[in-house]
Amino acid sequence: MTQKYQRIPTKMVPAPSHGILPERDVMERPVLETRNLGIDFGGLRAVEDFNLVIGKTEIAGLIGPNGAGKTTVFNLLTKVYQPTMGTVLINGRDTHGMNTVQANKLGIARTFQNIRLFGNMTVEDNVRIGLHNQISYSTASGILRLPAFWKGERAQHERALDLLSIFDMQDLAGHQAGSLPYGAQRRLEIVRALATNPSLLLLDEPAAGMNPHETEELMANIAKIRDKFKIAILLIEHDMNLVMGICEGICVLNYGRIIAKGTPEDIQNNPVVIEAYLGKKKEEA
Amino acid sequence: MTKYKKPSRNFITYAAVILAFLICQLALSGMIDGFKMSRSLKGQLIPICVYIVMAVSLNLTVGISGELSLGHAGFMSVGAFSGILISQYLLHAFPEADLELVRLIVALGFGGLMAGVAGVLIGIPVLRLRGDYLAIVTLAFGEIIRNLINCIYFSVEGRGLNFSFLDPNLPGTMLINGPMGATGIKKLATFEAGFLLVMFTLIVVLNLINSRSGRAIMAIRDNRIAAESVGINVTKYRMLAFVVSAALAGMAGALYGLNYSTIQAVKFKFDTSILVLVFVVLGGIGNIRGSIIAATVLTVLPEMLRQFGTYRMLIYAVVLIVVMLASNNPTLSSMINSFTGKFRKNSEKEGDKA
Repeated sequence: MTQKYQRIPTKMVPAPSHGILPERDVMERPVLETRNLGIDFGGLRAVEDFNLVIGKTEIAGLIGPNGAGKTTVFNLLTKVYQPTMGTVLINGRDTHGMNTVQANKLGIARTFQNIRLFGNMTVEDNVRIGLHNQISYSTASGILRLPAFWKGERAQHERALDLLSIFDMQDLAGHQAGSLPYGAQRRLEIVRALATNPSLLLLDEPAAGMNPHETEELMANIAKIRDKFKIAILLIEHDMNLVMGICEGICVLNYGRIIAKGTPEDIQNNPVVIEAYLGKKKEEA
Repeated sequence: MTKYKKPSRNFITYAAVILAFLICQLALSGMIDGFKMSRSLKGQLIPICVYIVMAVSLNLTVGISGELSLGHAGFMSVGAFSGILISQYLLHAFPEADLELVRLIVALGFGGLMAGVAGVLIGIPVLRLRGDYLAIVTLAFGEIIRNLINCIYFSVEGRGLNFSFLDPNLPGTMLINGPMGATGIKKLATFEAGFLLVMFTLIVVLNLINSRSGRAIMAIRDNRIAAESVGINVTKYRMLAFVVSAALAGMAGALYGLNYSTIQAVKFKFDTSILVLVFVVLGGIGNIRGSIIAATVLTVLPEMLRQFGTYRMLIYAVVLIVVMLASNNPTLSSMINSFTGKFRKNSEKEGDKA
């Protein structure tokens, strides 16, 4: 059989990754496990040997200088890109060959670095779209306005307001999403991602464009989300106060490779990390 | 504030269409003094209904789903010829049965079904594309359908149906005769049927838009990547919109075909697709009510302008340009917005009091 497009075989590697999990998660199955994950763009190896384990209710941070490949990792985890090598396990299930929709159904939800809301729709509708697979009824019952439609719509409405109340946004439900202030749009993206009932939430720079006060609020809310929904959160962030403040495990990426993993204290005192961010000291160079 | 609101704004649209229908009926019966419908306007009533359905269904693809389709007339012709075929077949095969209404309903249903099937077949390759490429390929498919219908021959013999491709020599009564089209059609279309079809289309499209599936379709239009990231099956919902739109166009085509005694595939060429697209663009992309108004006005306008003789199409074009400029004028649109905004606020206040 001749295949026109040959899929690059994904290497299965016996679990080499030994992450540092918070104590309460050690006995549970990790929500995310990546094994020697990597991707090439043409000749450029954007990410390689990315091994990470995230515990069931862990808040983890992914940091690194600009262009280190952090967002590429997110795109690999959510199957926007198919990895050139290695595997991603979500809740212990191999995601090989899956697409974004299937990965989402397995329990991975994300927000975007550049906000991707449905700007022309209301805040509530944005959340309802997140609830698409959670509270569903058939297209036919929607067109015919069968009882299933009314029941589903009411359930979606209640659930949407319930979710919006995490960020005290229920009063904004009727507003156009695109007209919200920047910070509120970021929060709405988180709510929309939460609506898909994930077990792992990926936040791509959630505090970007927020003032210190908003950031502090966001920190409290991220912790609150974790406690309320019992989910794991992996976040990319440049705001070190936020990362060091709430993350239990931090992974530092540079030039597509993990250069350090550990608790916030470990990372802060790690000379390799300091070098990646600030460069070598003059005398040493 | 956060009370659950039922999606009820559609009823304004329904009410307006029903009101327009009743006014037309009154005018037709001559109950209103001094307002008589001219002959040519009477003849336009069914085409108006057809073009409203076409515009609303194309708006589902172009406005709601965000795919620029230039082959909508192709689906219309599939619906027209399959609708004519089944209704003429029933007429010849069961001549003793007097079943005009049944034949009309069967023709509309079958026309919609066949156009829907065509929508699936065309949608599979076409919906892999986006933007301009999709527009070009739908245009090509529209032309392909028209040329295929030019080569199709159907005849009825007793209760049997003969079919041939490219070979015009068939025994029995010809139903569809290649490039000569369908001839000897028994007219079945009525204004009432047209009105009911418009209502049916509106109910389907508006209910679809205001449901879970409609939100998914609009989410894909607004931001495909985000829609995928929340678990919306992009292919499924793009296809859904495309096929529903095609099926409705097919029903409109069936009604259109049954309004004339002969009809050729040439009727459904590229110009018709563009004409319908003009209705959609002029009425406002994604605006269903606008599509209805634009389809009505622009179907009636050429007839109204008949008195200008040779300058008719010139004036038609000028009207189009003026409307386009006016609707894109920020000052004008903000004026209209402030007016409708006030109106809405007032009606909300009244609603609160009540």
